[in-house]
This record gives sequence, C-alpha cells and structure tokens, in this order.
Amino acid sequence: MATMNPTVAAQDPPLTVGGHTLRSRLILGTGKYADNATMVAALKASGTEMVTVAVRRVDLDRENQEGVLFHLDPEEYLLLPNTAGCYTAEEAIRYARLGRAAGFSEFVKLEVIGDQTTLLPDVHATIEASRVLAAEGFKVMAYTNDDLITALKLEDAGCAAVMPLASPIGSGLGVVNPYFIREIKRRLDVPVIVDAGVGTASDACVTMEQGVDGVLMNTAIARADDPPAMAAAMRLAVEAGRLAYLAGRMPAREIAVPSSPSKGMLD
Amino acid sequence: MMESISPAGTDAAAGTIEVRLNGRVRAVPAPLTVRQLLEHLELRPELVVVERNLQILDRAAYDRTEVLAGDALELVHFVGGG
Repeated sequence: MATMNPTVAAQDPPLTVGGHTLRSRLILGTGKYADNATMVAALKASGTEMVTVAVRRVDLDRENQEGVLFHLDPEEYLLLPNTAGCYTAEEAIRYARLGRAAGFSEFVKLEVIGDQTTLLPDVHATIEASRVLAAEGFKVMAYTNDDLITALKLEDAGCAAVMPLASPIGSGLGVVNPYFIREIKRRLDVPVIVDAGVGTASDACVTMEQGVDGVLMNTAIARADDPPAMAAAMRLAVEAGRLAYLAGRMPAREIAVPSSPSKGMLD
Repeated sequence: MMESISPAGTDAAAGTIEVRLNGRVRAVPAPLTVRQLLEHLELRPELVVVERNLQILDRAAYDRTEVLAGDALELVHFVGGG
C-alpha cells in the first residue's frame, strides 16, 4: 500500500502466488496498446509486478519484428505467459509448454475458451489442462467463470491461483456477480484473482472490496483515452478497494439512519 | 491450407532444402543447424522458442540439431497479450 499506511493495511501480508510475493495486487495484460511506449508508461504507473504475454509465431515476413521483450525487462516484471486463443486442452498445453520454454517463468495464465462470441471458458477443458500442467510443475493461474464448483475443482487440480471473471473478456461491464466472487474467495485456499471484465477504476475498487487477492486487467487500461492515467487510477482503486475490505464496511440498510444525535434538539 | 513439400523442391546442388517454417514452405540453405537457421533469419535465440516436428527444442540443443528437409518448424516469441 504505497499511498496510505493505516495500521490495517500495514498488517496486510502481500499477495503471494506460487511462492512469488508481489507488492502490487494488480496484474496487467500487455495487449491492445496503441504503441509500446504507452504500454511501458502504463505498466510503470500501475505499480504492477506481474504482466501477461501471449505466445505467437514470429512474423518472418516483417524484418526483425519486435517481440514484447524488446520493451519489457523480465527482471522488472514477472512474466505470465498466457494460452489466449486456445480452444482445447491439448492446444492450451502446447502453448503453455512453449511459454515456459522461453525460460522466464513457470507460471502460465491458462485459458481455454469455449465460445467465440462471449469468450467464456470451457471449464472442463480448463480443469483437464490444469491437471496436466500442474503435474508438469507449472504454476497454473486458471481463468474461469464465476462458478464455485469449477473453482474448487481447479484448486483440487493443483492450480496456484484461480481467476474467475468479473464479466466477459474485454466487456468492461464490471463485477456482474459479487456474491459468487465472494463465495469463491471464502471457499478456496489458493489466491483468487479476478480476471477480465473490469472497465474503469470503480469496477476495480468494487472487485477488491469483495475480498479477493488481486485483479488482472488489460483492455480497461490499454483502451482508455490516456492509458498511463487510467493505470494510475487503477492502482489507487485496487488499494482503496483492498483497504475498504480490510476496514470492514458498515451493513447496508434500505432505510435512512440519522448520523446526528436525536437527543439534544431544541424545543 | 498446408503447402506440401515435394522432394523435388529440395535442391542438393544449390545447397538448399525445403522446410515448413511457421506454416509456410521455405527454402533454406543446407546443411544448417537450428542455431544457424535463427542466424539466417536474423532472430535472437534467447527471445525465440523453437518447436521442431511438435517437439520443443532445448536451447542447448540448437548447435547440434540439424534442420532436415521436410521439418515442420515453429518459431514463436512473446507478444503483447492479456
């Protein structure tokens, strides 16, 4: 917690995933930025220590096409290779192995998509791939829907973190089912990181207020008019949401309760 | 669409062989090792992962692994993604 340091925040242990401690609870994607300089500025402004990257063919027709590592220092950011675009467990396992072979991390952001329109996950294939990859020593961070039973099965399959969506990838709709997100967090021992669906800072804040361990986002920052400014807003929102969760909110009531004493009023 | 590699496409006299590189048939000089192939393509070995006939190659094996006619090679790297 960089901006404020009340006691409750000072006592909050940092997020630890797969044996790695991260000072920021914000994990960022590196896709969809207008240019690499904007991406780098946004990552810095966000305070993130872990970033996702995608595994793709080198474009052999474009002379010396620059990969993302020409701009990202793997010493500065823990790389989280993803399996984005994979529709079967086999495909996702192949991409995960290629990502690990790059030699930067044992982590994989596992996603197996089940539907092209909604990009909702194929949870059966995700569980199957998680088992295989966890057995191979991968630290699997699995993208999934907000379903408790799937989340429990992913934890049982050996995932290092379970990452339910707030709402569909790239939708910016925010947390559509806070109750399910809270229930998943309550029932799992491994970190729960909400992945996908955050649109603006208030969404990130509401997400963190559910008590989850972190939040992963890409489009909300990359497609903001000013990505570094939005990244700074997200950093504050994640800190604010975490602090509000730790502080313990008042119960919500549907009737008014006066804040000033009813006693002592004049005749 | 997969292009097929015909043995006739391999020209021993010219010192080239045909391989499938990232899904496309290309003629490359022969003989050459995987490391030499990356040099030929001006790619930095530490930033590329090579899959040869569906097997990921250990970087330590680049020097001793020869590219053979008909090999299916995938050269991948990290790009921005979420």
